[in-house]
Amino acid sequence: MGLPRLPHLLGIEGLSPETISGLLDLSENYIDQNRSIDKRRDMLAGRTVINLFFENSTRTRTSFEVAAKRLGSDVINMDVATSSVRKGETLLDTAMTLNAMRPDAIVVRHHESGAVNLLSQKVNCAVINAGDGQHEHPTQALLDALTIRRRRGSLEGLLVAICGDIMHSRVARSNIHLLQIMGARVRVVGPPTLMPTDIDKMGVEVHYNMKSGLKDVDIVMMLRLQTERMQGTFVPSISEYFHFFGLDHAKLEYAKPDALIMHPGPMNRGVEIDSEVADDLDRSVIHEQVEMGVAVRMACLEALIGGRRNALVGAVA
Amino acid sequence: MSGNTYKTAAPHTGSTAYINARIIDPAGDSEYRGAVLISDGKIADYGPNLFASGAPYGIESVDCRGLVLAPGVVDTRVHTGEPGEEHKETLESAGAAAAAGGITSLVLLPDNEPPFDDASLIEFVARRARLIKLVNMYAYGALTVGLEGKELAEIGLLAEAGAVAFTDADHAVGNAQVMRRALYYCKAFDALIVHLPQEPTLSGGHMTSGEMATRLGLSGNPPLAEVMMVERDIRLVEMTGGKMHLAKISTAESVAAIAAAKARGLKITCDTAAPYFALNDLAVGDYRTFGKLVPPLRAEKDRAAIVEGLKSGVIDAIVSDHRPQDQDSKRVPFAQALPGGIGLETLLPISLELVHNGHLTLPQLFQRLSSRPASLFGLPGGRLAKGAPADLVVFDADYAWQIDRTDLWSKTKNTPFDERPVQGRVMATIVGGRTIYRDDSFVTAAAMA
Repeated sequence: MGLPRLPHLLGIEGLSPETISGLLDLSENYIDQNRSIDKRRDMLAGRTVINLFFENSTRTRTSFEVAAKRLGSDVINMDVATSSVRKGETLLDTAMTLNAMRPDAIVVRHHESGAVNLLSQKVNCAVINAGDGQHEHPTQALLDALTIRRRRGSLEGLLVAICGDIMHSRVARSNIHLLQIMGARVRVVGPPTLMPTDIDKMGVEVHYNMKSGLKDVDIVMMLRLQTERMQGTFVPSISEYFHFFGLDHAKLEYAKPDALIMHPGPMNRGVEIDSEVADDLDRSVIHEQVEMGVAVRMACLEALIGGRRNALVGAVA
Repeated sequence: MSGNTYKTAAPHTGSTAYINARIIDPAGDSEYRGAVLISDGKIADYGPNLFASGAPYGIESVDCRGLVLAPGVVDTRVHTGEPGEEHKETLESAGAAAAAGGITSLVLLPDNEPPFDDASLIEFVARRARLIKLVNMYAYGALTVGLEGKELAEIGLLAEAGAVAFTDADHAVGNAQVMRRALYYCKAFDALIVHLPQEPTLSGGHMTSGEMATRLGLSGNPPLAEVMMVERDIRLVEMTGGKMHLAKISTAESVAAIAAAKARGLKITCDTAAPYFALNDLAVGDYRTFGKLVPPLRAEKDRAAIVEGLKSGVIDAIVSDHRPQDQDSKRVPFAQALPGGIGLETLLPISLELVHNGHLTLPQLFQRLSSRPASLFGLPGGRLAKGAPADLVVFDADYAWQIDRTDLWSKTKNTPFDERPVQGRVMATIVGGRTIYRDDSFVTAAAMA
């Protein structure tokens, strides 16, 4: 398939356009499979994928689980809430313990930036980052790209606004990297208190109001206001935030008439997005994003542990 | 260095002459080829003409063969794990590392468990140092009870017990009223306050603010959190007429503010630690926790400004800021990692980069490493003078080697300088006339006692 072999998928930063296109092309193959009655293949039969989630997640974990099972892999979900991590075991001890059980891939979500990179240094199976702190969430950016590409044909030259809580968002960072690698232009829009320092040095345009931020954009990506990561006040109130930064039909008027609305979920209706907009079947592709998520994760698993290479990975110990 | 030796030798008696040395005299701002005569643990004589035709019969003599001989390094910012966390570092292992690094006197931070806010802790350190018989060890007293920045510690009693200065270590005193009273109160004892200037409400991040922090998704500590506190402290010193030494200056703005305060005649001095002129925030790329320090490593423009501050003399002294952390503290996600790096053995070779790069002369470097910190803290070592303690270091300024953390004497290996190529290696460390460390290649008549 012409994809370079990836040992892990830890982030979008540093990936080539060819690798990203390759993963998206691979994903396309799985969309029809997922829509047919017989959804299961045996490409990964006999392989083991461990979902290791240190942070609560229903959507992403389920998506990875469905993806792995549809390729025939065995899947183990580590419930960290009841595991030895709660008994004081360190991240690296957990990693090495799981590694000794010889999985083929570990899918990791962790609340600290860099935790997945650290874990990947201690195991000899493939590691997929399912979100680390405020750093990266690469499969989310890939599924967003796949959704956009299917609707618009290409990412090249599109103008994309990423709106809301940029500071606490790994989705924003992965998307900023991916969209720019693929030739799209990116704006970030939100209150200055939710903009990370020097975000402009990542090549994006910074806007503090929705009117200028959404002007003529092709894609509007809304982000969840991550109150659980906030220490202290970043915005005075939810109602003030919604008034100025929540996406409703009035603000959507600033964007191109056919602009697509995206959201990584879970949505806070009435906080960053109005229900009418979220449920607008003509504009919102939020459910399509979830569908593309399974296909993209199947492609990532294939690229990392599919084929003959898997036997080699297992033998490195 | 595993092949080399440190030793707790018997007290030095009689006389030893170190001849054919490249002598560094920081006070005289000069260097020359000459000799130093040590008698009964003190410097008896020194100069370019001393023993020019060989040492007289009956005096033990050590031929330095052109190696540098300088006053031993006086490191005023060292943390060990004793008491409280002896698995990270003991006073003995820190003493060995200091000896291997050419340090002859060190001052211990008070943030142990328990903190040094009680005179008995100062006496404990003095007693342990006497038993270990390596480098001279002094201690800070806590500035506030429990280092909490609320109530003044027993500064007078701590000073009587031997505390050489007062600090809350890496905790900034955020309450201006507490610091104002501390500055007033210390005037009664002529006690020196050492303060780490960081505005506490702004400095909770894990690395310096900026593009790198944003890319890595780590919360930032803005450089301005430092200069805000520097400027507050300058105003408090002005108001009280007290004196303060600012620790670990890391930003360009702080250097400028301190330069202006000094020009106005205020009793403000400062130091920086080796990482702040040798590294920038690129050292924490890939989430390298050995580069997680307090304050955080800054941008390149700040690093360059620290070098300039050392050249101009606005920055008075260089410290190691030695802080051992074990694997459990460092092999964790970046935000959870404890800050700090070891530095006793790397302080001299890293500082010598300032000489090799043409920023400082050797006498200027030893003003910042030895004589100036000794005089600021009122310590007897750090100088070349008749009657001064024979605390000296012999080193090869050009010897090229690569730092390998596994070779260091410290119990923990968390150096931010691992694998760095450096130039300059300690050949012998002499404290009170006793050779407490000697590199195997420095084989002389002065066999260790």
